[in-house]
Order: sequence, then structure tokens, then C-alpha cells
Amino acid sequence: METLLQQTVNGLVVGSVYALVALGYTMVYGILGLINFAHGDVLMIGALVALEAIRLIQLYAPDLGLIPTLLGGLGVSVIVCMALGYTIERTAYRRLRNAPRLAPLITAIGVSFLLQTLAMIIWGRNYHTFPQLVSTTPLEPVAGVFITPVQIAILVVSATLMVALLLLVNKTRLGRAMRATAENHKVASLMGVDTNKIIAATFIIGSALAAVAGVMFSSNYGIAHYAMGFMPGLKAFTAAVLGGIGNLGGAMLGGLLLGLVESIGAGYIEDMSFGFLNSSYQDIFAFVILGIVLIFRPTGLLGERVADRA
Amino acid sequence: MNQLALAIPWLGKRNPAAARWVVIALALAAPLIAVLFGKTWVRILDFAMLYVMLAIGLNLVVGFAGLLDLGYIAFYAVGAYTFAFLASPHFDIHLPFWLVLPAGAGFAALAGIILGLPTLRLRGDYLAIVTLGFGEIVRIFLNNLNHPINITNGPQGINMVDPLVLFGWDISQGLQIGESFKINSLFLYYYVFLAFVVLSIILVQRLQISRIGRAWAAIRDDELAAKAIGINTRNMKLLAFSLGATFGGVSGGLFAAFQGFVSPESFSLMESIAVLTMIVFGGMGNLAGVIVGALALTALPEILRYVAVPVQQALFDRVILDPEVLRMLLLSLAMIFMMLLRPSGLIPAYSRYSRPELVVGKESSGEAAK
Repeated sequence: METLLQQTVNGLVVGSVYALVALGYTMVYGILGLINFAHGDVLMIGALVALEAIRLIQLYAPDLGLIPTLLGGLGVSVIVCMALGYTIERTAYRRLRNAPRLAPLITAIGVSFLLQTLAMIIWGRNYHTFPQLVSTTPLEPVAGVFITPVQIAILVVSATLMVALLLLVNKTRLGRAMRATAENHKVASLMGVDTNKIIAATFIIGSALAAVAGVMFSSNYGIAHYAMGFMPGLKAFTAAVLGGIGNLGGAMLGGLLLGLVESIGAGYIEDMSFGFLNSSYQDIFAFVILGIVLIFRPTGLLGERVADRA
Repeated sequence: MNQLALAIPWLGKRNPAAARWVVIALALAAPLIAVLFGKTWVRILDFAMLYVMLAIGLNLVVGFAGLLDLGYIAFYAVGAYTFAFLASPHFDIHLPFWLVLPAGAGFAALAGIILGLPTLRLRGDYLAIVTLGFGEIVRIFLNNLNHPINITNGPQGINMVDPLVLFGWDISQGLQIGESFKINSLFLYYYVFLAFVVLSIILVQRLQISRIGRAWAAIRDDELAAKAIGINTRNMKLLAFSLGATFGGVSGGLFAAFQGFVSPESFSLMESIAVLTMIVFGGMGNLAGVIVGALALTALPEILRYVAVPVQQALFDRVILDPEVLRMLLLSLAMIFMMLLRPSGLIPAYSRYSRPELVVGKESSGEAAK
């Protein structure tokens, strides 16, 4: 029972990171019908830039507290990733907006590998230790469950960001324009929406979320690496599909569910398969869920309007 | 044969017969030219032939039938591991290659059907992600199936895979002619691989203009319309997956025999992407194009390796971009710029049965405009 509770907490933490990344996928897919393959790598760039910024801050302003240092690093990485997201959209995707759908997808794969290669050139192939600015030592166990301050921070930050995003999309002028563009580009632009600007804004917002997710991911596991974006990216995409791609609430739900399934599954896979499989098969859950959802309910749990795109 | 001539665009149009002979002569003389630059180049040529087979197989799936498969390397892995299981000291089984290679091809085809069945309803980008997942699952299993029962030997891979033995003649030993003259095994492997490539080319070319090939083209261009005119889209798609996989399986088996060693590392996502880049670069749906693409993108990184590394050492006294990084850089840039600037590839498909603008082109189709 304690294992179950513990894995539930871990699952929620991982799941909220997935949810943040999934929001980026789902927003772009909702508006462009494009799987932004490079989104996971924006997360990676976010983590590595934050690492670099934190190192610099610690070098030049060692007296700054732990939290301000982390926030400084986070701020720098969010800004860099926003610029990166805009650049990617502007240079690689915009020209292909009306091309058949395989073309932008292939470009997106290219961008993803380009980002990984550039990161490899800048930061090398080694795993970097990410400074543990928020403590990762568990607090006093509550009902036998250990939770660390960094995990609490992740839950709080991602919940806040999700609420903020929902408010942005549902209550503001920009959000309304985004929804209109997602509904129909042409009509939206006839109504005076500058769709190019809206699409760029979508990429920028998604990249900012990915940067935050990257910093949280690295803070939690204490490492950063040039290829770290691939798996979370793929899982976040799975989460977006699970929840119903194009649907913001769905992405959040999908992320949390996937996190739960994965960590509870990893806790029990050994018993379930009579010791044949073990937790090194954890990554398979995402793919299996993705396959099942796409085959039996391609619209996802909460999706409704993208049936014809599957 | 006309497609052979297309591989040399300038000559091919004016004088197809001459172009054809040039291509054949080049194919036969390639290792003799390569050896002038050192033996490693013959080895690279051998690998290039394996990539050509992979590109031909993937082109069948992506270029002909329009199914974007990002897990193609899994079939290569199935072929290679089948060979390693059935012809190595790992299980102490040493079957002859003419049994093992078809077995590998068969298992790969089966894997193709296993992948194809559940994904029949998926199109475009969703299919791409699911196939990618399939490729990763295969790799994860190869990496971890070393306990509790040791099947794949995990990340270490399987060593001492048997070489190709033709009629009792081990070609990895080279060919001794007289007392002093010996043909290196690298050359022999090249010609064996070349034979397989030629066979694949003939097969695929016949396939493309057959009823099946036309059905694939119809499905690629408009699946609904294809269904409406009575094409059994389910069977045709499964056939595309399994036939494409067969090429991967054969190529994988040859790879295992040639390398003498298989490990999960050779079957990463990067390799799937590399093969995809080759066909995108050369010209999706066009046989000559994908062959040129495969050759170019195998050779270019190697050329860079021998040029860029000394240049960097001379300029900066150290190697900033190592060859593996250069390869990734080249492949990713090739993919992005090809799509932006020349979406139908180096040698676009002109054939009656392939309309590249519908696969990747500038014209927008109704569906993509959404």
C-alpha cells in the first residue's frame, strides 16, 4: 500500500512535467496540425541553458541565495527558449505551412536532430550534474510517503502555469485569437486576426513552458544531457494524444495519467510479469498506451474535433 | 533500366544507353577506384551497399505507398539478430547462410505485418510516431532481454557471428589466386552485396509498374479514392509494410555476417532517421534517386571525416567537431534544407506512377490546407 501511495506521488510529479510539455505539443497541433518534433529538444535546450546561466550566476554573484539563482537561471532559459521557438517557427515551419503534411513533419525531425547536434557541440556528450538549488532530501514522511521539496515546487509551479495558461487562452484577446486560428485560419484572418503573429505566439508560449519543464526535470533528477529531451518529448506527445490532441485540458489530464501509469506500472511490472520484465522496461508504457489510444480512440479521452486527422 | 540512366541526369536524358553503361561500369569498378584511397574506403562502400538496400526497402513503404515509417531500422535489427541467433556461438547454432538469410527476411516480414496490422487506420504523422515507438520498443527489448534468461546478450551484443560461406567457401578469408595474389574479402563482400542490390532493384522496379505498385501509388495519392475503385487498401498496406521490411531483414542479415558482431547500439533511432534522410535527399519514390541519396549520404560524412578532422587540427590544434557530430549535422541540415528548397529530392520522380508533389511538394492538397 505504501508503495502504491509513494508511486502515486512520484507519478503526479513526473506527470505534471509531462503535462507542461504536452501543452506545447497540443497547442501547436491544434493550430497547425503539425507534430512539433523539436519540442522535446527545446526542453533540453531549456535545461542546459539554465545550467549554464546558473553556473555563471554562481561564479559572478556567489552571495545570491539559492532560490534567486535558480529563478535567474530559469528566467534566462525561458527567454532563450522563447527566442528559439520563434526562430524555429519562422525559419523552418512557416514556409511549409501549405505543403502536404509529410514535408513539415520531416523538417521537424530535422530540426530536432539539429538542436541535439548543436547541444552536443556546445555542451559535449557528457552528463552534467544539475545544481540542486531546491533540496532533494525528503521531508518527514506523511503516511509513509516521502516527498522532497523539489517535488512540491514542481507540483506548485506546474499547477500555477496551467491555470495561467487556461486563463490566457480562455479570457484574453490573444487567447480568443488563438482559438479562432485553431478553428479556421482563413476565417480568422478575415476577421482581422494576424494569424502569423498568433502562430508565432503559440510557439513562443509553448517553448517557454518547455523551458520551465526542462529546468524542473533537471532539478528533480539532478542531471542535464544533450539527448535528455527525446524521451520526455515523446511521452509528452503521448500524453497529448491520450488526452485528445488539440485540447488543453486533455493535455493536462493525459500528462498526469501517463505519469501515474508509468510510475505505478514501473513499481509493479516485476511482480506482474513474474520477474521476467523489470523497471528498465518503464519507457515501453508510453508507447503501448500511445498505440492503444490511437487504435481504439484516436480522438483521445477528451478530444472531439480531430477525428479526421488521425 | 531507364531509371538507371536517370542516375546521371545530364547524360541520362540525351543518351540513355551511354548513361546506363557508365552506371554499370561505375558499379563494377567502384571498389577498385575506392582502394586507391585506402582499404577503409572499400569498407565504406560495402556499408553503402547495405544502406542502399535499406533505402530501397524504406522507399517502398514511404515513397511508393506513402506510409511514413520512422522505425524502419527495427526490421534491420530483426534480420541482423536472426542471423546472429542462428549462425554464431551464442546458442551454438551454425546454420548455413542460405537458410538463415531467408529466415531473417521472413521474421522481418512478420514484424512488418505485426506493425502494420494495428496501424492500418493511422495516417501521416500519427503513423510516424507509432512506428517510431515500435522501433524503440524493439531496441529496448534487445537491450534488456539478457535476464532472467539470456536471449540477446543485452547491450554487449552478440560476437563472432559466422561470415558468409558460399558453397563451402568462406568469403571472409579472401580469395587466393596463385601464390602471391590475394583478393581481400572486402572486395568479395562488395560484389555479393552488389548482387543483392541489383536483385532488389530489378524486383522493386518490376513491382512499381505492376498492379501492386499502381495500387500503392493510388493509396498514397488518395486513400479514399483508391478504396472506392476497388483496391483492397488493407492488404496492400500490409504488403507494403512486409515487403519493405523484407529488404530491411536481408540487409540486416548481411550486416551481421559482414560485421561479425551485432549490438543494440547499431539500431538506434538515428539510423532510422539516417535512412529516411537518404531517400528524402535523393528523391522519394524514385529508385535512382534513393540509391544516389544513400550513396551520397554514406560517403559524404566519411569524406568529411577525412577532410574536416585534419583541417580542424591544422587550424585550431584540436578537433572541435568529431566525425559523428559532423554526420548528424549533415543529416539534419540535409533534411531541413531539402524540404525547404527542393522537396522532391535531388532526382525527382518523373514516372507515370509517381507524383512526388502529392507526397512532398509545393502544391497544396485539400487535406493539407487545413
